[in-house]
Amino acid sequence: MDNIIIIAISALGGLGLIMAIILYFIANKFKVFEDPKIDEVEEALPSANCGGCGFPGCRAYAEAAVKSAKENGNLDGLNCPVGGNDVSQAVGKILGLEVEAKDPMIAVVRCNGSRTNSPGKVNYEGATSCSFAHALYAGEGGCMHGCLGLGDCVDSCDFDAIHMNPETGLPEVNTKCTACGACVTACPRDIIELRKRGPKDKRIFVSCINQEKGAPAKKNCAVACIGCSKCLKVCKFDAITITSFLAYIDFEKCTLCRKCVEECPTSAIHEINFKPRKPRPEKPKAKAPEADKSVARKTTTQKEVVTQDLKDEKDNKE
Amino acid sequence: MGILRTFALGGIHPPENKLSANAPIETLPVPKQAIVPLGQNLGAPSKPIVKKGDEVKVGQLIAEAGGFISTNIHSPVSGKIFKIDNAIDGTGYKRPCIIINVADDVWDDTIDTSAEIVSEIKQSPEEIIDIIKNAGIVGLGGATFPTYVKLMPPPGKTAEYLIINGVECEPYLTSDHRLMLEKGREIIIGTRILMKALNVKKAFIGIENNKPDAINHMTELVKSHDDIEIQSLKVQYPQGGEKQLIKASVNREVPSGKLPIEVGCVVQNVGTAFAVYEAVQKNKPLVERVVTVTGKSVKKPSNFMVRIGTPISELIDAADGLPENTGKIIGGGPMMGKAITSLEVPVVKGSSGILIMEEGESFRSTEGPCIRCSKCTYVCPMGLEPYLLSKAAKLSNFEMAENESIMDCIECGSCQYGCPAAIPLLDYLRLGKLKVGQIMRNRK
Repeated sequence: MDNIIIIAISALGGLGLIMAIILYFIANKFKVFEDPKIDEVEEALPSANCGGCGFPGCRAYAEAAVKSAKENGNLDGLNCPVGGNDVSQAVGKILGLEVEAKDPMIAVVRCNGSRTNSPGKVNYEGATSCSFAHALYAGEGGCMHGCLGLGDCVDSCDFDAIHMNPETGLPEVNTKCTACGACVTACPRDIIELRKRGPKDKRIFVSCINQEKGAPAKKNCAVACIGCSKCLKVCKFDAITITSFLAYIDFEKCTLCRKCVEECPTSAIHEINFKPRKPRPEKPKAKAPEADKSVARKTTTQKEVVTQDLKDEKDNKE
Repeated sequence: MGILRTFALGGIHPPENKLSANAPIETLPVPKQAIVPLGQNLGAPSKPIVKKGDEVKVGQLIAEAGGFISTNIHSPVSGKIFKIDNAIDGTGYKRPCIIINVADDVWDDTIDTSAEIVSEIKQSPEEIIDIIKNAGIVGLGGATFPTYVKLMPPPGKTAEYLIINGVECEPYLTSDHRLMLEKGREIIIGTRILMKALNVKKAFIGIENNKPDAINHMTELVKSHDDIEIQSLKVQYPQGGEKQLIKASVNREVPSGKLPIEVGCVVQNVGTAFAVYEAVQKNKPLVERVVTVTGKSVKKPSNFMVRIGTPISELIDAADGLPENTGKIIGGGPMMGKAITSLEVPVVKGSSGILIMEEGESFRSTEGPCIRCSKCTYVCPMGLEPYLLSKAAKLSNFEMAENESIMDCIECGSCQYGCPAAIPLLDYLRLGKLKVGQIMRNRK
């Protein structure tokens, strides 16, 4: 009886031992080397897995960062928008690199076509999806560039940072925004832009992307940019450009002097988080002159803006 | 008589409501101003060849084809070009249009405007295709696919049958019905022209049996022709769909993602056949079409022969005005049509009807949860699963939507029609098709 137990134990034990030895050699043979730094970098990342950096998740970003540090000796083009400066410094420290400090960004909704500014001419009934409504028609207010108000941006946000205001029917971004860019991609009309957060969250931007001529733009929305060039003339810092009847403020050049805000005849330029200014006597409103027709039609896409900014930054450093 | 032909899979039978079936086609006076959109066909928009201030005659070429799948546009009126500017059209957006101020009604000299019927076909097949191409003819059923492209089968493929679509399965619409009754002779000659161009020996004209007068009239007309057969089809929506009609007529199935030429068939609308007759025999380009103006509370549901570019407000006025309880104005039929956002939208080549819906009728109930009753799957004529596809599109799972063949959807709306939870299935299907189409194009 005892014999059987001993045989069984030794047979199974021996088998286990042999297998373990085989596995040991196989594991050694097929070992994949993984830089321990990848784990360290991943640890330092926010683990939001939002994809804002352009990689599928934080692990992929960590791998790319380690690879870039090893091959290029820098972290160019790698940016974790959620973690911001702190995280990029931490990652730089782990990889033994110096990382330039970047200005924090925020998503900005460039449309003010609320229910009062752009009253509805038709009623929309159908799927609650901006992409679908965009393919279907111009919008309740009639502006074919304006916000459709169906909340694709809200659905895309992983950080609870953008919400619809039921009164205006427009999305509003709060301070939780990490500038991951998900809403920028989700918006079928490219209304949302990532802009510099600014000192104490102070920002100035043109809250309109309507590229129509003044008259048709104004017909659909009281606060549309009509391309009158008044802001262009008043800006001393060359921060404003006008392309196809639409003003755009370059946030890298803008010094937040607020002159353009006062000048805008349709209140299309917004200032945020500024102290209320002293009251001034109201100027009589002049008729908006027709904008220069020779300006070539060119839409500045998000990517172009970003690359331009990076270039400018480099130039400044040099 | 036996069992009537129809397609095999799915289908619904909504109330027909053919209110204007007995209203003869009235020719509407020329509008004061014509708005001619440059994008009137499927494919690339046309390029204008006139400029502001030019004098044009009816039938004069004003815009050229802007690509292979694109068509010429001819002036539907005579007068002066007012401007070439953006104006709102049926898409709901402002798009480039040629706006013409009408002076009088002078036709181009080369066009035969007499009522005489020319039945002898002198042109060779190549000449016919050339004339159709130059006349700017598109599929008048509503899809506006350039007709001449359909008449040139790709190398290695030959057409065996020509199927003329007189089904008009959309409720309310009667423009094709009236055209068959009043212009039947011309349609038969148009069919013969198309047969010659395609070199086919047999043509079918499919008509649903809710139009017995049209079936009798057309049967009478083709008595002397052995090669044209009138087929009486069972009333079933969406029989007017190309693939459904081929299945019903010749019992062939078009493979997924392929064109009807794959099974040797070419389908053309009766309106297109009529336009082909006018272009080939009368040298008259596509400048007018029949449009039904209808609706339950419309005082005078009518069929109008109107010039392209006429604002729809003029058509509604001619039908004794807009009823007070109007909820929606739909361009096209109630199943596949699209709500119009402005009364200034012009009639284009693809407008088959204007449907004025009452408030109660056009009301959409609130979307409820899907109870998996599978009604949508049962009625889908393409054998798809609309509940699944719409959910996939809603949740942006476009990979799944593509794998489940969302691109086979013909957007007939049968699924949404019967949905007890009032889910806007078709809206999400269209969204899915849009996105999957983009993804597929980017992949190429």
